[in-house]
Amino acid sequence: MSDHALEPVRRARARRAAVPWRHAAWRQYRLERKMFWRNPTAAFFNFLLPLIFLALFGAIAAGDEDILQVIVPGIAGLAVMSTTFSALAMTLTYLRESGVLKRIRGTPLPTSAYLAGIGGNAVANTAVQVTIIVAAGVLLFGLDPPQDWAALVVFVVLGVVCFASLGVALSHAIPNLDSAPAYVNAVFLPTIFISGVFYDADDAPGFLRAIAEVLPLKHLIDGLTGALVTGEGLVDHAPALGVLALWSAAGVALAVRGFSWEARRA
Amino acid sequence: MASDVAIEVEDLHKDYGAHHAVRGISFSVRRGEVFGLLGPNGAGKTTTVEILEGYRERTAGRVAVLGIDPGPRPLALRERIGIVLQSSGLYRHLTVHEAVSHWAGFYRAPRDVEETIALSGLEAAAGRRTVALSGGQQRRLDFALALVGDPELVFLDEPTTGFDPAARRHAWDTVRSLQQLGKTVLLTTHYLDEAQALADRVAIIKDGAILAEGAPGELGDGNPRYRVAWRDADGDAHERVTEDPTALLHELTGEALARGGRVEDLSVTQPSLEEVYLELTAEAAE
Repeated sequence: MSDHALEPVRRARARRAAVPWRHAAWRQYRLERKMFWRNPTAAFFNFLLPLIFLALFGAIAAGDEDILQVIVPGIAGLAVMSTTFSALAMTLTYLRESGVLKRIRGTPLPTSAYLAGIGGNAVANTAVQVTIIVAAGVLLFGLDPPQDWAALVVFVVLGVVCFASLGVALSHAIPNLDSAPAYVNAVFLPTIFISGVFYDADDAPGFLRAIAEVLPLKHLIDGLTGALVTGEGLVDHAPALGVLALWSAAGVALAVRGFSWEARRA
Repeated sequence: MASDVAIEVEDLHKDYGAHHAVRGISFSVRRGEVFGLLGPNGAGKTTTVEILEGYRERTAGRVAVLGIDPGPRPLALRERIGIVLQSSGLYRHLTVHEAVSHWAGFYRAPRDVEETIALSGLEAAAGRRTVALSGGQQRRLDFALALVGDPELVFLDEPTTGFDPAARRHAWDTVRSLQQLGKTVLLTTHYLDEAQALADRVAIIKDGAILAEGAPGELGDGNPRYRVAWRDADGDAHERVTEDPTALLHELTGEALARGGRVEDLSVTQPSLEEVYLELTAEAAE
């Protein structure tokens, strides 16, 4: 114990204003970004993996525009899902089970500012990934520039809301940290395979197509295909928007409802 | 609201389903006081403290922390308290300094970051990632994060469980310096020596109820008692508990002098807090 500690605190407790919300949220966001880059596992799964997929499939399909036109929107959809759904389900399970959430809960940091910081980190990853994937499609693989920017933005934003809320909701069902990757990948891997990330979903057998039709990822990829390749805009993809909106509503309701700040009791 | 009272608890109850974890607890803590809740595991200490911290809702009773009802977790209260939980996670990829300075940003009038790190005894580890800290250092970081907001009231839930003796001494020093800074401290512990060393007043809690309350030295049923032990002329050991040993000692020494012998192995002791604690908690178990 240093002598330091024994000095009385000589600071008049100035009547300073409480920390403003946006300031708190921005600080939390910046901290989450810093920690993200320092965590090799997170940086690999949420950042490098979709880009590796893009590089590999791009190389395999080199020059075959038909395949590239399927793969580029498909991997953009995969990137939206992995940066939000998978990342948030894992992160929130970790934060809850390790007790970080409970500790934060005891501080003046507003809950909404904290969650905005965590969500903002995920959205930043989504934005960077989709940008890289779209740019690589044009610059490296020779695809045409995006046909409908508005549709691209709307589908990415709706995809983020949908998959982020579903990721938070899934974390409520994960009982402990050890089982988190199993839960997440049990949903993520089958979904990306049947939703047409790596091939045209319309070529799949009927029963798989039927399942994919019900899930949100195929509709996100359809919308992205329209925006990036075919030029079909929001009007043409109104049903896809509807499916994504329904999943978003369910996701938000479940995410809010089951939220727990404390570790599950074993 | 009397401003010299930091915590007021009146007839607090908490049920978890059919289990009555807290059954009518009342106590109050004065400002500047170190108050110890002492009891075995599962006695209801943590439940009580977590109600005061705003983590749990009470089933019944009245609670005021710094004059505020902690139930709805008001910001005005969270700004003025510091919480060291029994166990809580850390941001693994931050350094000690980064973590403390991020936490400082949550508060409108935080303590100086370096000063807080020094107060917690972490100067040497300030640049280290929290994942690389020893158990004792992680606990010091728990203290630092709880103190950086310059709270008026600090909750310490089992702050030294699992510590080696040196780490405990250090944690004790930190608590004492909090007291010197004029902070109020609510401490839960199942270690008697810890309550004895740190607390101005102690409440012994068992099965969700308070069995005794007072300064560590005064605990018991209110009557100071003495235990007198000796060996008689045949070498047999005797022991007697009495409120006043004067007459007994007179009798023993008189008898020994009369036969020209001595009182062998004579001892007169007062029960320690430990004996009181064991006695009280054992009675409650019956």
